[in-house]
Amino acid sequence: MMPHVEPLSGWGRYPVRDCAVWQPVTAEALHATLPPLGRSIARGNGRSYGDASLNPEATIDMRRLDRLIAFDDASGELVCEAGVLLSDIIDAFVPRGWFVPVTPGTRMVTIGGMIASDVHGKNHHGTGSFCEHLLWLDLDLGDGRVLRCSHQENADLFAASCGGMGLTGMIVRAAFRLMPIESAWMRQQTVRARDLGEAMAVFERSHAWTYSVAWIDCLARGRDLGRSAILLADHAPADALDATRRAEPLARPPRQPRAVPVDLPGFALSSFNVRAFNQLYYAMQRPGEALVALDPYFYPLDALTDWNRIYGRRGFVQYQCVLPLAESERGLRRLLEAIATAGSGSFLAVLKRMGPASFGLLSFPMPGYTLALDFPATPANLALLDRLDAIVADHGGRIYLTKDARLSAPMLALGYPGLARFRELRAQHGLDRRFSSLLSQRLEL
Amino acid sequence: MIASPVLILGARSDIGKALARGYAAQGCEVILAARNDIAADATDLALRTGVQARAVLFDVTDGEPDRFFEGLGAIPGTVVMVAGLLGDQAESAAVDAAAQQVMDSNYNGPARYLLAAARRMAGVPGGCIIGISSVAGERGRASNFVYGSAKAGFTAFLSGLRNAHARAGLHVMTVKPGFVRTQMTAGLKLPPAVTAEPGQVADAIIRAHRARRDVIYTLGRWRPIMAIIRAIPESVFKKLSL
Ligand SMILES: Cc1cc2nc3c(=O)[nH]c(=O)nc-3n(C[C@H](O)[C@H](O)[C@H](O)COP(=O)(O)OP(=O)(O)OC[C@H]3O[C@@H](n4cnc5c(N)ncnc54)[C@H](O)[C@@H]3O)c2cc1C
Ligand SMILES: NC(=O)c1ccc[n+]([C@@H]2O[C@H](COP(=O)([O-])OP(=O)(O)OC[C@H]3O[C@@H](n4cnc5c(N)ncnc54)[C@H](OP(=O)(O)O)[C@@H]3O)[C@@H](O)[C@H]2O)c1
Repeated sequence: MMPHVEPLSGWGRYPVRDCAVWQPVTAEALHATLPPLGRSIARGNGRSYGDASLNPEATIDMRRLDRLIAFDDASGELVCEAGVLLSDIIDAFVPRGWFVPVTPGTRMVTIGGMIASDVHGKNHHGTGSFCEHLLWLDLDLGDGRVLRCSHQENADLFAASCGGMGLTGMIVRAAFRLMPIESAWMRQQTVRARDLGEAMAVFERSHAWTYSVAWIDCLARGRDLGRSAILLADHAPADALDATRRAEPLARPPRQPRAVPVDLPGFALSSFNVRAFNQLYYAMQRPGEALVALDPYFYPLDALTDWNRIYGRRGFVQYQCVLPLAESERGLRRLLEAIATAGSGSFLAVLKRMGPASFGLLSFPMPGYTLALDFPATPANLALLDRLDAIVADHGGRIYLTKDARLSAPMLALGYPGLARFRELRAQHGLDRRFSSLLSQRLEL
Repeated sequence: MIASPVLILGARSDIGKALARGYAAQGCEVILAARNDIAADATDLALRTGVQARAVLFDVTDGEPDRFFEGLGAIPGTVVMVAGLLGDQAESAAVDAAAQQVMDSNYNGPARYLLAAARRMAGVPGGCIIGISSVAGERGRASNFVYGSAKAGFTAFLSGLRNAHARAGLHVMTVKPGFVRTQMTAGLKLPPAVTAEPGQVADAIIRAHRARRDVIYTLGRWRPIMAIIRAIPESVFKKLSL
């Protein structure tokens, strides 16, 4: 098989590098391609933000391994290849009354990418991360071995691969359970919080809601620090729908994707615009109940294809950290103050309560609060993020690797106690000699 | 209307796979024909869409088109010829067997298979035959004229087949893709502005099929490009390196 060379980046378009790309069409073709390559990395749909799916020498585009293999109508168990897009699963199974147990904020991700990042959704507090719903995965180790990994078989490789950022090998197939739904509608309640304390109090008393997330105005300061709109939601049962919708509870209203036509110039993102946008957004979130269709609820940004171009040519970085529960309030306060003081904010900042940690050695979630924001990749912002790292470390938190493009190796180690075991396993199976990405090189994973 | 089942000849190709998904999504029964076993793709289609899908073996150069259609167990409503072989021009120029393989895979084989299909499809309501040719067939170029001339022959064949069956109601559509990002072009540097994804090509084909178009270019912007290339006088053209 022949590679082609193409400039690649993550969703943040920072960094961009020319990569040699292979596109195997079957698991067998992949198996034959790997051994002579030296070090390579799997790439799904490139929705990680930074450099996790880039390797200039050898990047393997997994999207042609995209076959559904089996589905059990009784248990909801789905077996598929790792390059299947989440959007394809949703299109195929929502009309039949099934949804994924965990979804990130975009449907344009592959199952392999969801596993390698052990993604979490707005239901993490009650449902855990995606890999906690995984029954098994098949891992191509690049040395001739393809191993079935689960909690029962090759459990150590399973724990390393779930959240392992592609550094344990190529995930070729996986099995997980879908979750039954009665309708393609969400019952949503919006609550406003005037400051951080109020926002956290809302989260703490809302555990019974399946989904919860807050949009936080990251430029609000002083008494308003942490001002946010908290969105709580459940899947709507069919009998909560009006007569017209109840006739076809699983039908989804069509959405016309729009594209951002060109890279917006840098000034579009001046702090004035961001401030105005945040205030407007906060004002738009009217408190109260509403019935919202499934797609706009889970994937508000997918309606705008290529929205990452809003940040212009230089690209942007997303910063997502989580702080342990006991430290959350103090740590968040310091983070938000530092961001508001720098005045270079993010269109949307997201705050979310997380539940128990996952078994994955490098999985991101831990019980506490996670904060996520976007920043244009300017030198000033990158310096700000270094200051945020120090605050996160002070409070015993960690940074989400799938969003990262700029963390340093020592900072990483502070947040991930499973790292030593992860490195040991990589060495033990020779995986460090066969799989690497710009992210793993930067962070010495 | 799209007549089922839809038979895709060369279903392991990226364009063939995208077509199969597109037709299945419209609710059409599909039959996937390829040199290798692609039962997994048939299973995938059935799981995605709930339509019936099965896989059969097919070699476009086997010289046995009638036996293939006899073994099919159904008369297709739609046949799409996707199989083709770009080959290597230098190799074709140097080695007779290589040239023959390219000619057989892009002209002899596809034309004979579609003749055999047409013999059976007369009277199928809404019947349609679609052939994937190429812009490479519009003018012979030093870099790929063995492939290009076979596609030129195939284009002429499709136009004749359309003419022969137009009155009887069997529709024939010619598809001329420009560059498409597929296994055929893997490793080549393609200009993004005139390169299509397989899914785009499949969508365009299915739309044109519904509209009963005769000849389409994918992407559409190849039509004016090829008009210019055809207009260059031969005395100039022969000195160009395109
Ligand atoms: C708008 C938006 C919203 C998001 N919201 C959330 C969210 O709410 N929660 C959350 O957790 N994440 C979220 N993400 C991040 C996203 O879910 C993850 O980055 C996910 O991993 C992307 O999947 P992908 O298929 O695009 O993988 P890529 O970005 O291509 O790759 C990501 C990682 O997975 C590895 N990988 C991919 N496929 C395989 C494979 N087959 N085998 C082994 N390794 C593989 C890569 O090597 C890389 O390390 C969001 C991203 C965007 C753009
Ligand atoms: N890609 C482009 O830029 C481009 C441009 C213009 C036209 N086209 C045409 O589009 C069609 C599809 O090509 P593609 O781009 O999708 O590339 P492709 O993946 O290489 O498709 C070619 C297909 O033809 C099949 N094939 C070759 N010889 C065969 C034989 N003897 N018997 C049966 N099947 C045979 C191949 O089968 P295997 O999978 O078993 O190898 C393959 O699936 C071709 O006709 C091609 O000429 C492509």
